[in-house]
Amino acid sequence: MAEDRENAEAIISEVHKKISDAFDVFDHERNKTVDVREIGTIIRSLGCFPTEGELQEFITEIEEEEATGYIRFERFLPTMTKLLMERKFRPIPEDLLLQAFEVLDQEKKGHLGTEELTKYMTQDGEPFTQEEMEEMLSAAADPDKNVIFYKDFVSMLTVDDK
Amino acid sequence: MRAAILIQRWYRQYVSRMEMRRRHTWNIFQSIEYAGEQDQVKLYNFLGYLMDNFTPSSSERNLISHIFRENEVCRDPEWERYFCYKNIDVPAVYSGPRLIFPITIDQAAGLVEAFKNKQQLHSRYVLQLLLETWKLLRMLPNINRISTCHSKEITICGDLHGQLEDLLLIFYKNGMPSLDTPYVFNGDFVDRGKDSIEILLILFAFMLVYPGDVHLNRGNHEDHIINLRYGFTREVLGKYKLHGKRILKLLQKIFSWLPLATVIDQKVLIVHGGLSDMTDLAVISRVDRHRVSWRYDAGRWPLPMLVTASHNSSSAPLSPLNSNPVPRTALTPPMMNGNRQVSHLSEILDLLWSDPMDQDGCIANEVRGCGCYWGPDMTEKFLNKHNLQLIIRSHECKQEGYEFCHNRKVLTLFSASNYYEVGSNRGAYIRLGPDLVPYFIQYQASDMTRELTLRQSVGRTERSALKALREQLFAHKTDLLSAFQEFDKENTGMISLNNWATAVGNVLHLDLPWRTLRSQLVTTTLHDMLDYQDWFQELAIKEPSHVDQTVLDTLYRHRSTLETIFRIVDTDNSGLISFEDFRQTWKLLSAFLKMEITDEAISDLVVSIDTNKDGSIDIDEFMEAFRLVDRSSAPPSTASARIQCSSLSPKSSGSDRSLPSGKVGFAEGCLPCCC
Repeated sequence: MAEDRENAEAIISEVHKKISDAFDVFDHERNKTVDVREIGTIIRSLGCFPTEGELQEFITEIEEEEATGYIRFERFLPTMTKLLMERKFRPIPEDLLLQAFEVLDQEKKGHLGTEELTKYMTQDGEPFTQEEMEEMLSAAADPDKNVIFYKDFVSMLTVDDK
Repeated sequence: MRAAILIQRWYRQYVSRMEMRRRHTWNIFQSIEYAGEQDQVKLYNFLGYLMDNFTPSSSERNLISHIFRENEVCRDPEWERYFCYKNIDVPAVYSGPRLIFPITIDQAAGLVEAFKNKQQLHSRYVLQLLLETWKLLRMLPNINRISTCHSKEITICGDLHGQLEDLLLIFYKNGMPSLDTPYVFNGDFVDRGKDSIEILLILFAFMLVYPGDVHLNRGNHEDHIINLRYGFTREVLGKYKLHGKRILKLLQKIFSWLPLATVIDQKVLIVHGGLSDMTDLAVISRVDRHRVSWRYDAGRWPLPMLVTASHNSSSAPLSPLNSNPVPRTALTPPMMNGNRQVSHLSEILDLLWSDPMDQDGCIANEVRGCGCYWGPDMTEKFLNKHNLQLIIRSHECKQEGYEFCHNRKVLTLFSASNYYEVGSNRGAYIRLGPDLVPYFIQYQASDMTRELTLRQSVGRTERSALKALREQLFAHKTDLLSAFQEFDKENTGMISLNNWATAVGNVLHLDLPWRTLRSQLVTTTLHDMLDYQDWFQELAIKEPSHVDQTVLDTLYRHRSTLETIFRIVDTDNSGLISFEDFRQTWKLLSAFLKMEITDEAISDLVVSIDTNKDGSIDIDEFMEAFRLVDRSSAPPSTASARIQCSSLSPKSSGSDRSLPSGKVGFAEGCLPCCC
């Protein structure tokens, strides 16, 4: 029993350290605060896949009563720990992702045109900004044929995940 | 649409992870780089201490005294004789540029063309050009004051660090210096890159042609002591085997005569590093800048020395604000404080070494070991005091080539693209017109036809950083082993990953997120436990050798310092030192590191490395012998070599990447007619 508790404590301690490391990267003034606009990057880098909406909810929960534009670590840590321990926002399985692309690929060609993908990504769901779209295209698009072979794209980016 | 949201969620997460990885990679490079700079400062302090504390006849003193003989009292005619180029013959077979003085714009442009075609300027012309440069610089004030009158836009460039491709790219995009295209170059022209001398020759040539339109500020790397470690000395000696020593001596003088800052329209200050609470331009204008030179800090020495990063706590953060900040008051001895009344050394060093920070105040720059960190309040005070509106400085590499801080009152400008690795960062230059609003041009010198995607550039830079980090880990093997064994009292050979991270953090003193990096540095684990002996095997291959393990580890870890001491000891710059001198070098190093090395261990080492059996040790061959094999997924283009300590491999041709703390390329052998 005691051993279990020890293990649990050790695990939580590790989680805290991970969160702290990620937070520190954006804590430019070394005063345990980060700009609220960086919260998304921090959460995602810790392995979560929130939607923009879920992100906004999270932020509202941990913001100060009078929004300062900054998030303090004391408020971030407990909420983030809970997120990780509860394994909310799990990673997206590769096959689910492929299915999503296939839904967009109505003609079942096996690929999407750049204009096609751009339309979906910038008009549907939680639209990409132009910058996000350009970056995705530069990574995904086959430069000669101007199409995205999404199966390859998904495999390529999934390999990068550890 | 659910499908769209899913894809967007997924992709945004991917981008965030890449961003985090990029920042970690940046941290790795930067912390290793600054730790190296700090080490160099400490080394110099140490040698100075020795100078003062050894009897005049001591052999150690003899070895190093010459680097402290600064501008020796010597009359001009003697210098003229020493630097005389007139009896240097240029063979008919030499196909490089032949300069006729006074130099013209065609000749300057011709130099650019020649260097673009990988030609080398003959040492006769090098010396002549440098002599003319020296004459010109002696007439310049400490602070250049220039103006954007006549609607001239001034172009400002930051650090170039020997990267000729970047300078060529700037000239290509912006035009070469001319009456209509004035330039300010903000220091750090040399070190790390492989074409430092060519950059200097180009800049000096244009300055001679257009002295009113080409302005150079001194950087912290325009310093012969720094050059010993960071590659410029080696580059010159490699390219100019006969006359390299004279060229270096003349450059030493030229560096000391470089102006310290430039002011545009009395409103914009351009300086390489930055400020401190003591900076006063009126005082700066009056100093004898060429007489000011490094003196070690008697007040600070001796203090307990650690050979890695800062030493306030066991896991010393590299951030300026430690839990016990080092304020610059009269009570605490400041970091690098020369005898202020006499020489204003520290104020000048502040100009060349300081970095901005986000907090208010001014504290010692412990990360670099020199200069200070200054805050937005200091900027405000300084600008008001001198009626200025903007400070443009360099000294720090920035991802986009430039970055504002301090409410856009301080601008960092960095012109060496791909500084850490291909794809790591862009370079930038500025054009400034009479409205004094900076206009930025960014670029990235690359021989790839397509720009790297985010993923590719992060991946590549990351691999490089991890390799550097693995080298650091391997270099600390002995200490790491002890640290691991502390956690493994039962000697099982296994350690938990958590304890691994703690141990590594304590030993390496690099402020990095070890837990996050762990998955990339430790690849085989069993139930979250690591077999650490196996892990060391993963890091490197070593030939068994009769030389003591500790000695090898030390040699490897402090290669850079060792090489620096070598070059100091090698007074005739021949690249060879005697056994006896090598023994003394080793003793110096072990004193510096506070390590005990037996004479026997040194003898073993000496015998094993003298392959020529001629009683002398070739510095380059010696350094070549200690390199690391990277077994984990190194791209095929990465050079690798085995560690061999019982015999030396023949000198390899071509370039190699040296230490994480310095980017040095071996010269490809100097053309026989250019020496």
